[in-house]
Amino acid sequence: MVAKRIIPCLDVREGRTVKGVHFVDLRDVGDAVELGQHYARSGADELVYLDISATQEGRNTFTRLVERIADGINIPFTVGGGISSLDDAARLLDAGADKISINSAAIADPTLIDRIASRYGSQFLVLAIDARCGEDDVWRATTHGGRRPSDKELFSWAREGQERGAGEILFTSMNHDGTRNGYPCETFAALADALSIPIIASGGAGSVQDIADVLTRGRADAALAASIFHFGEISVADLKNQLRQLNINVR
Amino acid sequence: MIAIIDYKMGNLRSVENALHRLGAEFCVTADHDVIRRADRVLLPGVGNAAEAMENLNAAGLPPVIRRLRCPVLGICVGMQVMCRDSEEGNVPCIGLFDAHVRRFVPQPELKVPHMGWNVLGNTEGKLFAGVPRGSYVYFVHSYYPTLCPDTIATTTHGVMFSAALKYENFYGTQFHPEKSGDVGEMILKNFLNL
Repeated sequence: MVAKRIIPCLDVREGRTVKGVHFVDLRDVGDAVELGQHYARSGADELVYLDISATQEGRNTFTRLVERIADGINIPFTVGGGISSLDDAARLLDAGADKISINSAAIADPTLIDRIASRYGSQFLVLAIDARCGEDDVWRATTHGGRRPSDKELFSWAREGQERGAGEILFTSMNHDGTRNGYPCETFAALADALSIPIIASGGAGSVQDIADVLTRGRADAALAASIFHFGEISVADLKNQLRQLNINVR
Repeated sequence: MIAIIDYKMGNLRSVENALHRLGAEFCVTADHDVIRRADRVLLPGVGNAAEAMENLNAAGLPPVIRRLRCPVLGICVGMQVMCRDSEEGNVPCIGLFDAHVRRFVPQPELKVPHMGWNVLGNTEGKLFAGVPRGSYVYFVHSYYPTLCPDTIATTTHGVMFSAALKYENFYGTQFHPEKSGDVGEMILKNFLNL
């Protein structure tokens, strides 16, 4: 049976990873390759690198960084942040990314999903959806890191993304992101019913139990987390050991 | 010299990087003579099997591959095109391995594509020398090679299928050794040392 995946997410600004603490085996925690290798050794199943650079210079640096990551890391990695065209996708593919994630640009122009998937395959494309549940109890996708609402309803948008060729859905609840109170497991489970492609859960993990819940009750295929790893609260290896004790199938 | 066959099926970068990490020298080529002279040949591939066969045929490569006597390793779609035929586009393939390539039928709780790390079972032969029992490797595919007498490793995703195949000097892995961490590196190293 395919294992549930644990995916550390690394934010990169102007070519350097941010939010990291000092791990004993690392010389330079700001170095994306070293930090990625640290997570790979610790049992991470994949990595996500998110470019949060504000400048064009930073984005150029990111492409060169992706080349170094591809050369230095022997597990799959996804890159995201600011990808808005087929050219961006091509540039990152050529640099060696295994997958890219797109978000706001797909909402602005959903045919971007078709174009990337038909050119490079569904396995290359993760559709990230940052959604917020409103007072009317409807989940709607947001753009620009949750700052702007869109008219896309979560479930229909996720299904549309799947039909257009996305290979995975990365769903972040903006109601839970950063709260460390856990994931909306019922919503994840409903999403799993609605889709045949894998779902990656993001945003809200504060404990091992939260991650266990979203992988079991929420039926997510993978959990992506940033702060619980970066702040050294738990290592990927310890998390996986604890999940294993809860009878969750991990590598 | 190791030849990586370039037949315009996806990015070869990850395979190149993996060989680079192992310190191996290689070239990326579609030149028949270079491929014939190589002492190891890799046939990677991501994408659609019908398109892969079309590209191989257009480049005149199937007869060249069939006659190779050095160790040859097909990866993912590169392995599928070495099977008898594929349901993806209903194409006849090169026919080195006795397997057919079938589509996973999605069921509740069975995601397609089969994406992620899954366990290798029934491993046999030098390709898996030193690979611990129950090792996980990385898969991304919607079509799978059936079990057959050439099967040298199995994995289960709804159905049990061939995770690796071997016929004479021809090897194939449905998983991506170049993305399968230390276990994958060991398998690639074993291939280079055959």
